[in-house]
Amino acid sequence: MANDPNTGTETRGGGKTIAYILIIAAVILFILGVVDPYESGLAIHPMDQFIVEPLFGHGEVHWYTPTNATLWMALGLLCIAGLMVFGTRGRAIIPSRVQSIAELAYGFVRKMVEDVAGKDALPYFPYIFTLFLFIVFANFLGLIPTSFTVTSHIAVTAILALAVFLTVTILGFVKNGTDFLSLFWVSSAPLALRPILAVIELISYFVRPVSHSIRLAGNVMAGHAVLKVFAGFAGALGAAAVAPILGIVAIYGLEVLVAFIQAYVFTILTCVYLRDALHPHH
Amino acid sequence: MEHDETEAAAGHGAEVAADAAHGAADAAHGAADAAHGAEGAVGMPQLDFGTFPNQIFWLVLALIAIYLILSRVALPRVAAVLAERQGTITNDLAAAEDYKRKAADAEAAYDKALADARSEAQGIAAETRAEIQAELDEAIARADAEIAAKAQESEARIAEIQAGAMASVEEVARDTAAEIVSALGGNADADAVGRAVSSRIGGDA
Repeated sequence: MANDPNTGTETRGGGKTIAYILIIAAVILFILGVVDPYESGLAIHPMDQFIVEPLFGHGEVHWYTPTNATLWMALGLLCIAGLMVFGTRGRAIIPSRVQSIAELAYGFVRKMVEDVAGKDALPYFPYIFTLFLFIVFANFLGLIPTSFTVTSHIAVTAILALAVFLTVTILGFVKNGTDFLSLFWVSSAPLALRPILAVIELISYFVRPVSHSIRLAGNVMAGHAVLKVFAGFAGALGAAAVAPILGIVAIYGLEVLVAFIQAYVFTILTCVYLRDALHPHH
Repeated sequence: MEHDETEAAAGHGAEVAADAAHGAADAAHGAADAAHGAEGAVGMPQLDFGTFPNQIFWLVLALIAIYLILSRVALPRVAAVLAERQGTITNDLAAAEDYKRKAADAEAAYDKALADARSEAQGIAAETRAEIQAELDEAIARADAEIAAKAQESEARIAEIQAGAMASVEEVARDTAAEIVSALGGNADADAVGRAVSSRIGGDA
């Protein structure tokens, strides 16, 4: 059932071959969906899709076990390599379509870093671009029915956010020394208010990685869970399933938007934090 | 799973308190394992801390791989392509500017050549016109002279004819006067009549 949004939203794509590939994929996924033992009565398990399980056999998940998370991270890696390396192999002055997309992504993030964090933040552009591409591809791969969404896990987003937090904090102290602490001392406020503001700023600074990570994981997880709940209804309602399927199509469209917007938000917040580290004065 | 746990707890219930606690911990562990192996998720899989090391390990690996791919291969390549394109565009614009200037030069040269040709043509035309004018003037002068000669000749002829006519008129007038005088019964003295007519004509003329 979860494959319905696929046929609904993606067959509009440009090339005929792409359309055929998507139709074939949709048919395969539909058959998989029919065979899926999940469709027994009104047993809706919206959280099952987030279970991390070993790829081969059933056993405990050790830190080194290849899991479905590993598989979808690897697929994301492959997609990124395909877009940014294979897609630009022509090095053409007049770019091919894939090369255009790669250049578009490059220009988009580079401009964001330059505009938000300033020119002196450009050395950190590869790092920010890595984060952006990883999140965007994880989100979009997660929209393929029956896939696994790595960014729906707080473990993943927390590491991403913590990495940003630590990088930015260390960078702030390395670049500015103790001057970095002036980030918390709002010199434009009245003197009496400054200690209170300092406490608030300090709290908000340490809440950053929390909100940074939970925003991404929460958005992605909520959307996918809602899709699954609707899919469960569709499985139980028989012919009346048209209504939940329409709902799935609508929510899927929203999720496509969310997939990009959350990657964008994560990236632009990283840029904002980086700006604070490079220019701590308000 | 709940059943398992209670059963295990009940089984160990007869044992010593410490053992019971140990057993409960074991049972809880077993339950967690069972939940792990089962199809359904218990609570949020996101909070299953057992999978955290796994996810973090693979995430860090993936991020490092992506970072290396991007920073070593992809980004320098894209940057080079963009710089090359910018350079090409700048060069093409400069070349276009150059061609435009050349075109303007060529147009100026053409205009100059055209102006030269025109002034030369004007010169030739003026020269030719002057030549023709000179020829014309000469021809006119010649014709004038001829006409003047002819006119003089004609005038002479006319004067001659006039003189002849005058003489005839005088003679006729004298004869007529003599005849009239004689007809009126007077005795016309030829000399007197002749003098009178001559003076009359001469006075009138």
